[in-house]
Amino acid sequence: MPDNLHPLETLLRERIVVLDGAMGTMIQQYKLSEQDYRGKRFADWKGKDLKGSLELLNLTQPQVVEEIHAAYLEAGADLIETNTFSGTTIGLHDFLFQGEPKRGRKDQEFFQRVTDDVNLRALVHELNFEAAKIARRAADRVANETGLRRFVGGSMGPLPVAGSISPDVNDPAFRAVSFDQLRQAYFDEAEALLEGGVDLLIVETIFDTLNGKAALFAIAEALEKSGSNVPLMISGTVIDKSGRNLSGQTVEALLISIAHARPLILGLNCSLGPDEMEPFIEELARISPYYMSAYPNAGLPDALSPTGFPETAETFAPKVAKWAQNGSLNVVGGCCGTTPDHIQALAKLVRKFSPRALEAATGNT
Amino acid sequence: MILRLSGLEPLNITPEFGFVVIGERTNITGSPKFSKLILADDFDGALAVARQQVQSGANILDVNMDEGMIDSEAAMTRFLNLIGSEPDISRIPIMIDSSKWSVIEAGLKCVQGKGVVNSISLKNGQEEFLRQARLIRRYGAAVIVMAFDEQGQADNLQRKIDICSRAYKLLTEQAGFPASDIIFDPNILTVATGLEEHRHYAVDFIEATRWIKANLPGARVSGGVSNISFSFRGNNTVREAMHAAFLFYAIRAGLDMGIVNAGQLAVYEEIEPELRERVEDVLLNRRDDATERLVDFAESVKSKGKTPVKDEAWRVEPVEERLKHALVKGIVDYIDTDTEEARQQCKRPLDVIEGPLMAGMSVVGDLFGAGKMFLPQVVKSARVMKKAVAYLMPFMEAEKSAGAKPQGCIVMATVKGDVHDIGKNIVGVVLQCNNYEVVDLGVMVPAANILETARERKADAIGLSGLITPSLDEMVHVAQEMQREGFDLPLLIGGATTSRAHTAVKIAPHYGASTVHVLDASRAVGVVNSLLNDQLKSEFDTKTRAEYARLREEHSAKTREKKLLTLAQARANRTPIDWSNYVPPKPEWTGPRTFRPSIVDLRNYIDWSPFFHVWELRGRYPAIFDDPAVGQQARELFEDAQKLLDEIAGKNLLTARGVFGFWPANCLGDDVDLYTDETRAEKLATFYFLRQQIQKPAGQANHCLADFVAPGVGGHRSPLQDYLGGFAVSIHGTDELAEQFKKEHDDYSAILGKALADRFAEAFAEYLHQQARIAWGFGSDEKLSHADLIREKYRGIRPAAGYPACPDHIEKRTLFDLLNAEKNAGIKLTESFAMHPGASVSGLYFSHPDAKYFAVGQIGRDQVVDYAARRSEAIAVAEKRLAPNLGYES
Repeated sequence: MPDNLHPLETLLRERIVVLDGAMGTMIQQYKLSEQDYRGKRFADWKGKDLKGSLELLNLTQPQVVEEIHAAYLEAGADLIETNTFSGTTIGLHDFLFQGEPKRGRKDQEFFQRVTDDVNLRALVHELNFEAAKIARRAADRVANETGLRRFVGGSMGPLPVAGSISPDVNDPAFRAVSFDQLRQAYFDEAEALLEGGVDLLIVETIFDTLNGKAALFAIAEALEKSGSNVPLMISGTVIDKSGRNLSGQTVEALLISIAHARPLILGLNCSLGPDEMEPFIEELARISPYYMSAYPNAGLPDALSPTGFPETAETFAPKVAKWAQNGSLNVVGGCCGTTPDHIQALAKLVRKFSPRALEAATGNT
Repeated sequence: MILRLSGLEPLNITPEFGFVVIGERTNITGSPKFSKLILADDFDGALAVARQQVQSGANILDVNMDEGMIDSEAAMTRFLNLIGSEPDISRIPIMIDSSKWSVIEAGLKCVQGKGVVNSISLKNGQEEFLRQARLIRRYGAAVIVMAFDEQGQADNLQRKIDICSRAYKLLTEQAGFPASDIIFDPNILTVATGLEEHRHYAVDFIEATRWIKANLPGARVSGGVSNISFSFRGNNTVREAMHAAFLFYAIRAGLDMGIVNAGQLAVYEEIEPELRERVEDVLLNRRDDATERLVDFAESVKSKGKTPVKDEAWRVEPVEERLKHALVKGIVDYIDTDTEEARQQCKRPLDVIEGPLMAGMSVVGDLFGAGKMFLPQVVKSARVMKKAVAYLMPFMEAEKSAGAKPQGCIVMATVKGDVHDIGKNIVGVVLQCNNYEVVDLGVMVPAANILETARERKADAIGLSGLITPSLDEMVHVAQEMQREGFDLPLLIGGATTSRAHTAVKIAPHYGASTVHVLDASRAVGVVNSLLNDQLKSEFDTKTRAEYARLREEHSAKTREKKLLTLAQARANRTPIDWSNYVPPKPEWTGPRTFRPSIVDLRNYIDWSPFFHVWELRGRYPAIFDDPAVGQQARELFEDAQKLLDEIAGKNLLTARGVFGFWPANCLGDDVDLYTDETRAEKLATFYFLRQQIQKPAGQANHCLADFVAPGVGGHRSPLQDYLGGFAVSIHGTDELAEQFKKEHDDYSAILGKALADRFAEAFAEYLHQQARIAWGFGSDEKLSHADLIREKYRGIRPAAGYPACPDHIEKRTLFDLLNAEKNAGIKLTESFAMHPGASVSGLYFSHPDAKYFAVGQIGRDQVVDYAARRSEAIAVAEKRLAPNLGYES
C-alpha cells in the first residue's frame, strides 16, 4: 500500500494540510456588476440577470477567479477548491435555464428538462472544465515558485433542491427532484472537473445525504467512465446544535451512509462557526476511520461585519487550531466569510501540530 | 466485524448486539392489514403500521410492495418518501424488500441512510447477480442474499452451503463488498407439511446458519421466521411457540436477525412445556410422528384444552359415516374393510368413489377451506382416499366399466421462474383422490411445455401455480399463449400471491375460455367438477364471468383517472431522433432475395443456452458444463445433440430456407410506407405500428417502431432515403425426423430433434441478420464474437410481429406477401398467423442506431380507433386481435 499512496495522502501523513477559504466572500469584494458577470461572451444574453452566478465567472472573468486562488495559495493553502460549488445544471438553473415549471411548482418534470437541456449541459461542462484549468494553472505556478506541490479539489456543492425532503408540507410524498436527475447533474459536473485535471473531488456541504449519495454514485460512474482514480473528500454540514443535517441525520449516520464511497477525507464544513461546530468535530474525530477535515464558517452570519461574518482572522484561527492541537484534524480551512488572512493565520498556527493519526480512531475499521 | 446501517440515526450491529428484529408488518405479502391499506390507497394508515413497528422495538423496517394489482415501483417510492418525512419512523434503517429488481432500485433511490436490500440471488445467473450487487454497492446499501441459484432454491444443507459460499466469494472478490455488509438468508422453509422431505427443513436452516457463521467470516444470517409455521396458519398459539422455539435454536447457532412481527414474539421459557416439546420434536426432527403429535396438540389448543381421547365410538356408525370419519381424521386402519363393506352395498365399485368417498373428501375440503384442518391432515386424508381407490381398482377393472376411466385429465405446473410447489402438490393429491388424472409438470415450467403437454395428453384443464410476484406476469403470458394457440380448456390459477381480482383483471381478459382463480386446495375439486361437468359448466362459467366482470369494473373505477396518455400526447412524446444530420445507410439491393445456407453453416450461430433450458438444465452455455449440479447432464445432452447434428448434417435430414429483403421506406406518423422504387412515388405496402401510451417517467419517450424510420414527404424538407428490411426463415424436415424416431420408440431423439430445429431456426435468423447488416453496409466491420451476437451487440433490431414491439400478428401477412415467403421459404401462415413449420422465425429489420426493443403495452381506445381507420377495418376486428393490449374494456 504505502508504495501506491496518493501524493495527497503522503502529505496527510506528514502534516496538517491547509485548505483554502471562501470563494464567494472574496468575489463579493470585487463588487462586480451585471455587465462584469456577462463579460463579452454573454453581453447579448436575453435571459435572466446573471449577477450572482459565481461559476459563470470562470468563463467571463477568469482572471478574478485566478487572483483569488493565488491569494489563498500565497497565504499557505496546500489545497484549493475550484469555483464550481453550484456548477451543475440544477445548481445554475435559476440563472441559466430558460424554461418555466409547467404545473405551478418546480417538479421532476421541470428538473428533467433542466438536466436534459443540451445547451445548459454544454455550458456547465465548459465552466467546470475551465474552473479546473484556472485552479490548476494557479496551483502549478505557485508550486513551481515554491517547490511545494499544491492540490486542486473539484468542488461539488449541494443543490438548491433536496432528494429526501418535500418542499411542500402538505404533500410529504412529493419530491421536486429525482435521484436520477441529481445523479445526472452531478455526473456532468464530475466528468468536466476530471477532464479539467483536478487532483481530487470534494463533495461538500451535504445538507441532504441523499443528494450526497447521488453525487457519490455519479462520481463512481464518472471515474469508471474516465478510468481515473482520484481520491474523494466528503464534507457534511450540521445545521444547528441538534447535531443533525437538514435532512435529519446525525454525524455518525452520515458517516455510515457515505462509507461505501471509501473517501480519503471526511469532515464538516459551513453552517456553523467554530464555537458551535466543536462538539461535532470531536464526535466525528472519535468515530471516523478516515482523514478528518474541518472548515467552519467565520461564525454565524452577522450583517454588520464587513464580510458578513463576525470572526476575524485573529479570532477564527486559534479556535480551529485548537482542534488540531487536540489531535482531531488532518485538514483545516475556512468556509463562508473566511479570507486569505484567515487562512494565513490558520496555516501559521497549525504548522506546529501533528496530524491526527488514523490508527487513533477507536477501532472503527 | 460490525454491520453498520443507518436511518437518521446509526445502527451498529456488533457481535454483542443481540438479535436484530426486522419489523415485518409493512410487508404487503405477509400482512393482510397492510395489504388492505395499500390497496385502498390509505397511506396514512400504512404509515401508522410502520410507526407501530418502530415503537414495538423493530431495529430495521422491512418494506415490501410486491402485489400484482398495484404499481409496485410507484408504491415503494411513495411509501419510502412518506417515511422519509416522518423522523420517528425514518430514524431506523429501511430494508427494501422485493423479488423484483426494478422495485428494489426504486427503493434505493429514496433512502438517504444505509439500508438493506432484500434480496438478490444467483437465480438468474452470476452475471446478473454481480450486476445487481455492484449497483447496490454504488447506492450504498447492505444486501441479503437468498440461497437460490440457477437450479432453484436450496432445499438441503449442502446446497445452502454451496450457494452461500459461492455468493460470498463473488461478492467479496468481484463486487467489492465488505464481508460485513453481506447477510445470507438460507431459506426458512415450512415444516410439518406432512411431506417426508420437508422434515429436515428447520434443522437444515439451523445447520446452514452454523456453517455460515463458522466459515464465511463477517457475513450474517437472517431469515423470514413466519415461514416455518405456515402449516399452522390460523393457530397463533402454535405458530408463536414454533417461532420462539425456532429462534431459540437458530440464534444459538448464530442467526443474527429475523423478519418477525415486532411486538408479538413469545418467550421461549414461557411456552407451555408439552407444546414446547412437541414443537421442538418437529423443528429438530426428533421423532417420526412429530408432525402428527403436534397436529393433535394444535387441535386441542384450538378447542380450548379439550383433551383428545382415543375414541372408537365412530366404529358403530353406518359405513358411509365411517368412511367420512376415516377421511377427515386420516385413519387408514380400517379403510380396506370399510371400503369392501361399501362396495358390497353399492351397485358398482365406482359408486363407492362417487358416493361416500367423495362426500368425505368434500367435508375435508370444507374444513381445510375454513381453516379448521391443516395441510398435513389433508395429505393424510388423501392417503386414505388413495388406499380406498387402490382397493377398488381391481374390481373396477374386472367390471371393465367405462367409469374406471378418470373423470378428466388436469395438467398442472408451477410457472417459469418459480420453484414453490407445496400448494400445487397438494392440489394434485386432492384432485387425484377425486379420480382425476393429474399430469404434474413440476416447477419452473415454460409456457410452451405446459401447452404442449396439455395438447399431448388431451387435458381437460390446466392449472397454474406460483408463489412469488413475478409469476403473476408469467401466468398472464401462459394465458396469452393459450389464446394465441387456440386453446379452449379451462385455466385454473392458484398460489399465494394470486387473487380473484388479479385473475379477473390481469389474466382472464387474455384468455377466451374459462379462467378461474382457485383460492386453495379445498376449492380445487369443486371448481374442476363444475368446469368439467356439461350440466354445471355453463352456469358456473356464467357466474364466474359475471363475478370477474364486476371485479374488473371495480378495479378500473379505481384506476381510471390515471392510466394512459391520449394518442396525441403519446405521439407528441415520440422517440427523439435527430434526423437533421443523419444519413440512412443504403442496402446493396432492394426487393426480396432467397437464401439457403447449409445446416453446417448455421451450426456456429446456435445460442445453446435456451437448448438446455428446454431440458430444464439451468445455466448458461458453456459455463453450464462446469456446473456442479447439472454439468454432467448438460455434457451428455450436448454430446447427444452433437451426434444427432452430425447425422442431420451428413444425411441432409433438415434443410434451411430463408428469404430477406429491403425496400425504400419512410415513416408517416405511426405508419411506415414502403415504395416500389427509389423515386418513392408509388407505395408498395404499409406497416401499421402501435405506439406506447403508458404514462412514462419524465425523459422517457412513448416509442413506436415507426419512430426508427426517417420521416417521409409532407414534412418541411425532402425525405431521407431510408429503408426497411424484412425476413422469414424456416427449418424443414423436423416433423418427418421426429416421426421417424417415434416409430422407433425413441422419444428422446424425437424431442432432441425438435429442440435442435428450433435452435437452428433462431441461429438462421441471427445469421441472416448479420448478412443483412453486411448488405446494408454498416455490418461489414463489426467483428462480433458468438457471445456478442447472442447479446445483440450490433446496430439495429429485428422485431417480430406478434411480439411486444409489434403485437399485431397480422403484420406477418404483409411481410410474407412482400417476401413471397410461402414460395421462397416454404412457410405457411395459418388463419391466426402462426407459422408452419413450427421452427420458423420472421421479422423486420430496422437500421437506425437508436432502434431498440420495447413493449407497446396497454393502448387506449383512441389509438385502436385510429389504427382501425388506418387499416380500413372495423374497430371490433382490430380490438379482437389486440385484446391483450387493450387498456380499456372493449
